[in-house]
Amino acid sequence: MIRALRKSEGFLYVLPALAFVAAFVLWPLAQLGYLSLTDTSLLGGGEFIGFENYIKAFEDKSFWRALQFTLKYTVFITPLLMGLGFALALLTAPNRPVRQITRAIIFLPVVIGIGSSSLLWFWLFDQQVGLFNRILVDIGILAEPAVWFTKADMALLAVTISITWKVIGFGMLLFVAGIQSINGEIGEAALIDGGNYWQRVWYIILPLSLRVILLTTLISVIGSMLAFEQFYIMTGGNPRGQTFTSVYWIYQNSFISFKLGYGAALSIILTLIILVFSSLQVILSNRSPSQ
Amino acid sequence: MTALAEGSLRPATVEHVSRAAGESRPIGYLVGAACVAISTIMLAPLVLSFLASIKAPTEARASPPTYIPQSFSLENYIKVFEYQAGMLTYIGNSLLVATLTIILCLALAVPAGYGLARFKMPFKELWFIILLAPLMIPYQALLTPLYLTFSKMGLANSHLGLAMVHTILQLPFSIYLMRNAFESIPRELEEAAKVDGTNSWQTLRSIFLPLAVPGIVTVGLFAFIASWNEFLSALIFMNKETSFTVPIMLVSVRSGDFGAVDWGALQAGVIVSILPCVIIYLLLQKYYVAGFLNGAVK
Repeated sequence: MIRALRKSEGFLYVLPALAFVAAFVLWPLAQLGYLSLTDTSLLGGGEFIGFENYIKAFEDKSFWRALQFTLKYTVFITPLLMGLGFALALLTAPNRPVRQITRAIIFLPVVIGIGSSSLLWFWLFDQQVGLFNRILVDIGILAEPAVWFTKADMALLAVTISITWKVIGFGMLLFVAGIQSINGEIGEAALIDGGNYWQRVWYIILPLSLRVILLTTLISVIGSMLAFEQFYIMTGGNPRGQTFTSVYWIYQNSFISFKLGYGAALSIILTLIILVFSSLQVILSNRSPSQ
Repeated sequence: MTALAEGSLRPATVEHVSRAAGESRPIGYLVGAACVAISTIMLAPLVLSFLASIKAPTEARASPPTYIPQSFSLENYIKVFEYQAGMLTYIGNSLLVATLTIILCLALAVPAGYGLARFKMPFKELWFIILLAPLMIPYQALLTPLYLTFSKMGLANSHLGLAMVHTILQLPFSIYLMRNAFESIPRELEEAAKVDGTNSWQTLRSIFLPLAVPGIVTVGLFAFIASWNEFLSALIFMNKETSFTVPIMLVSVRSGDFGAVDWGALQAGVIVSILPCVIIYLLLQKYYVAGFLNGAVK
């Protein structure tokens, strides 16, 4: 009896957290699955309708367009974030004062809210009062202030610029840690062999950082696939609904049109897509379950 | 300024690498120039926003805009503090939700981390994976069922309800971090306590908690920043004007009274909203960076 208690003692400490996750993550997930099979709306309904919502989703051009746009955004921004992040990491990895301060400054926007940063950039991009426009005009890149949010491609570019500013430090810091963990002796051996700096980057630093790069790419892809705030605030899905992302479209269906059942089906589809990437992330992560 | 340069991540090896890089002087200058240029670009939006916030409202909406304020006024700040229910109400809402999130995260993650790090139990890794499940399921997808459940429980439009959603977001990271923190405490200390005949709860309180303070600070720090900044669930759950959190209130400032954006007030609001995060980051950078590197990739 005492023995059984001893054995379960540790479990008692874990139990509250487990109960919380069960009640507020796993149970809602089950509810989501059920909701997706009904015609629930905030006004009522709730009849079981089988897979009708899913069939509707596959025929819903707006949903596919939102999914496609989200993919386009992801494919567009990910290489930019990874490439630029790695370049900045190479620049700031050595622990010298100027570089450390630069590193801290580049990381700073990561800690501010995406709502605040999107509103900040919404102002910078404004045709009338935006200083980003004025800078581009003053240095001769633009002849006159641009209207950023009336064309889908321009809007995508504007959001990409603002998000790059906001999150570039995230990847950079992970890459810095990766680069710093590479044993100095390997680099010195290469130096003796006569390798120049770029050869060392290409043949030593890059290959040895591959795991970190892959993980950071996955984290970044998941983040982009779930993008919402930056578009909600900066484009409002416009022009003509061309910049709705998946999450934005789900939000629109569930909480603006109150089509909860249909929104749930879209959520399940999105969750499955994300699951592919997040499983890869967990598998790649250091801590294997057996540890 | 050294506090700003987040501690040495791994000083010894880095010294090697940079020496191995064998930089010549001109390259050193080039690197310095690049660092200054990049820092300027990164800081510019924040500095420009701050400068705009202290312009007189007429100058703040002038076209073309000015870089350096030609006028000085706190009117934008006064306006944003008097906006609707008053900025202090929204700051209060945000602080309350963030505090509840910190409490919930610590109340769940400290015992869970302790249990996972210090006890043998059947199916331990299964429990651990379940606790990390919120990492794999985007919370954006769960908001509809959560909203329906919370409405029934009277938790929709409440600070506690929103804090619970924010806790879902932060819990896996918190538990992961606390497990690591407790695992890194030497066994001998625990053995000594066992000899003294204390039970596990006393051991946690008297021996482990004091040693796990850095981990606890990191968990609290991340919980605060995540909650203070979180947008989507605050937008959905807090649908009464007086219960808005700061980010939601800012969007409503942007919409303006008659469709015209009050640019000066908006920038004042943006500055107020980012200030706590920036201050905390600068003060607790060591904890922040350590926690970030610990939780993000490993």
